[in-house]
Amino acid sequence: MLTLIKQSPLSAKIGMLIILINLGTVLLAPQIAPYGETELIGDVWAPMSAEHLLGTDQLGRDMFTRVLYGARNTISIALAIVFLSFGFGCSCGLLAATLGGWVDQLLGRVVDVVMAFPTLIFALMVLSVLGTSIPTLIFVIAILDSTRVFRVSRAVAMDIEVMDFVEVARLRGEGLWWIMCNEILPNALPPLIAEFGLRFCFVFLFISSLSFLGLGIQPPTADWGSMVRENAGAISFGIFSPMFPALAIAVLTIGVNLVVDWMLKRSSMLRA
Amino acid sequence: MGQVVDIQEHKHLLEIKQVNIEGYDGERWKPIVHSMDLHLKRGEVLGLIGESGAGKSTLGLAAMGYAQSGCRIVSGSIGFDGIDLMALSEQAQIDLRGSRIAYVAQSAAASFNPAHRLIDQFAEGPVQHGLMSYKDAVAKAIDLYRKLDLPHPEKIGYRYPHQVSGGQLQRAMVAMAMATDPDIIIFDEPTTALDVTTQIEVLVAIKDVIKELNTGAIYITHDLAVVAQLADRIMVLRHGKLVEEGDARRMLDNPREDYTRRLLAVRSLGEKKLLLERDPNVVLEISGVSAGYQKDVNVVQDINLKVRRRKTVAVVGESGSGKTTVARIVTGLLPANRGQITFNKKVLSPDLASRDRECLRRLQMIYQMPDVALNPRQKIKTIIGRPLSFYFNMKGKELTKRVEELLKMVELPLHYINRFPAELSGGEKQRICIARALAANPDLIICDEVTSALDQLVAEGILNLLQRLQNELGISYLFITHDLATVKAIADEIVVMYKGRIVEQGSKNEILQPPHHDYTQLLLSSVPEMDPDWLDNLLEEREAV
Repeated sequence: MLTLIKQSPLSAKIGMLIILINLGTVLLAPQIAPYGETELIGDVWAPMSAEHLLGTDQLGRDMFTRVLYGARNTISIALAIVFLSFGFGCSCGLLAATLGGWVDQLLGRVVDVVMAFPTLIFALMVLSVLGTSIPTLIFVIAILDSTRVFRVSRAVAMDIEVMDFVEVARLRGEGLWWIMCNEILPNALPPLIAEFGLRFCFVFLFISSLSFLGLGIQPPTADWGSMVRENAGAISFGIFSPMFPALAIAVLTIGVNLVVDWMLKRSSMLRA
Repeated sequence: MGQVVDIQEHKHLLEIKQVNIEGYDGERWKPIVHSMDLHLKRGEVLGLIGESGAGKSTLGLAAMGYAQSGCRIVSGSIGFDGIDLMALSEQAQIDLRGSRIAYVAQSAAASFNPAHRLIDQFAEGPVQHGLMSYKDAVAKAIDLYRKLDLPHPEKIGYRYPHQVSGGQLQRAMVAMAMATDPDIIIFDEPTTALDVTTQIEVLVAIKDVIKELNTGAIYITHDLAVVAQLADRIMVLRHGKLVEEGDARRMLDNPREDYTRRLLAVRSLGEKKLLLERDPNVVLEISGVSAGYQKDVNVVQDINLKVRRRKTVAVVGESGSGKTTVARIVTGLLPANRGQITFNKKVLSPDLASRDRECLRRLQMIYQMPDVALNPRQKIKTIIGRPLSFYFNMKGKELTKRVEELLKMVELPLHYINRFPAELSGGEKQRICIARALAANPDLIICDEVTSALDQLVAEGILNLLQRLQNELGISYLFITHDLATVKAIADEIVVMYKGRIVEQGSKNEILQPPHHDYTQLLLSSVPEMDPDWLDNLLEEREAV
């Protein structure tokens, strides 16, 4: 593993460094942060200074502290959502591709119905009925997102399913589980990893849209997406503060994608 | 030959000197073609021969000053009619390609745009280059279609690519290449993807039209017998280097290099067949089977055949004759609509799902394309080891030992055990497929065109291996192929299929010796021979009948 990281290109190393820093922040935010997450400590939109490294936000909370806590909330929620949606979407997608027939039809049509609603409106409907708590939020976004994952994984798996080595496994008498996990999934991984990187970033934005509409992460809890929205007005006064959470999103997105790119290249090299 | 009166007087139309071409393998540039010289006179046909990876296609494309993506021409000069192609701008090169130098690709089906009519695609080149108006191009197309002996030359151009047969499509592509009366045409394996019976049509068409229009041609192929019919001069390539060059007849009669001699040798098996009395044990019996992909539409009808222990039954026929369908019926992938299959004296249930593990174990299959028959994500140990753990519950050391034994059986080094399929060559991959089939200790192996994707010498090695394994282990083979040379080498019994029916079957000697069924006769006589006069003689014979 270590030699693998050593051999990786510079871009991947940068990406890994970014991800490591972010994960470190997720774990250690309360220790690093100079102030409390919701503590009011100064003027509204104070400029950068030694006391407030990144200035203050629209209510006079320390921006640096908010960005650190925002990492904690945003990244952990986004990761939970992406893992859940991939777990669910991929298993359904592979199942549909491997079994075909009515299973494929049934899953496909259900997904069509869910996708027919605009995601945001569907999420708003469900969240206003179920109420907004973080677990419901994670669950609802994960289910909505998994429809896209289903589409991608099914399409990829369909291409692999017709290969002779899958037929060999069927002729050997292998069960569904082996065919899905050992024959199809490893070959479907490269495009799925790429999709994972993208989805992860889209989820930030989706959470922030929901927060803006009052159904996402509730204030005063810090999250990057809603911090951008809340401070957006400052831009017209030439104040930098909304740039910092936006920058945090951008840097993490780039970092994740640098690593994803490298993984893609590595795994596609194995193919003939 | 003798179609050109004074070849000597012409200057070289194409002159490639000391050209070096490199390819990028994902990490670094590796040489593909090493300081190669090539020259071609007007009206001359040059055959480029070699196995895959010999650099023949790359060299052929270089003759147009073109390198495929991932390749680059590093050094050397390419002179065409006094012009240095390497010194020309990209645009000037494009102007030459398709107008004075043309290219015919291997797979016409993949090279035509399925959304446009043949004649529009024909006209695109000349109109684009500003050489003809659309109307003139259409007239020219009809003229060429007639010369190439296509049916209904006035109308065929208005069809879409999927509406004509493979051989006709390949000829339509030759016509396209000839549209601008190019000085040189490069033919890149134009008949390799065709059946022997269709191959003849295309060969005849190419031969006639080159002769008539006095075009220079480079003919790239791995099949010496094909090139023998067309080429004036032959260059044998291997690993990007020239092995031997010379006049076609001289080379066929008297090859200088050992490698050429091996290519020329008629496919023969080193392994002798064990000549046993007819073993009364019938392993597989198919009786009265009909099947198809839709209800009530049978692709194959009334198939009856028997495979005895330690014997090889070859099923031959052109593509679309239903031979692969027979394999799918036996394996249970396609349940038969009618008839019965007996395997080891037990009746096989028609569909795969209801067969028991023991029955699946005894019936194994080897595929045409080893690349897609091996999971690229599994190491060789898993690929060969899985049937062992699946059928025999082997684990740990016992399993590793057996995998090593199997590798030894298929003549591969033991350290391959930790490799991925991508790290092996085509022939080695096919050996892994064989080892995987052997791992199950089968009674019958179905071989579906197992040598067609391989180079001649590699294929020979595989056939030898299969024969040796049959002698040692007593396995039976159901051998599906369109290649009659393979059949001659390995079969005990032959089944000839045509349009989903068996037209003739019997022991090898019965089938290969006259009198033949009409279709068998056509099939047998269509296999090119190394004799340069073979094609002319064959045409005379066929006309006489």
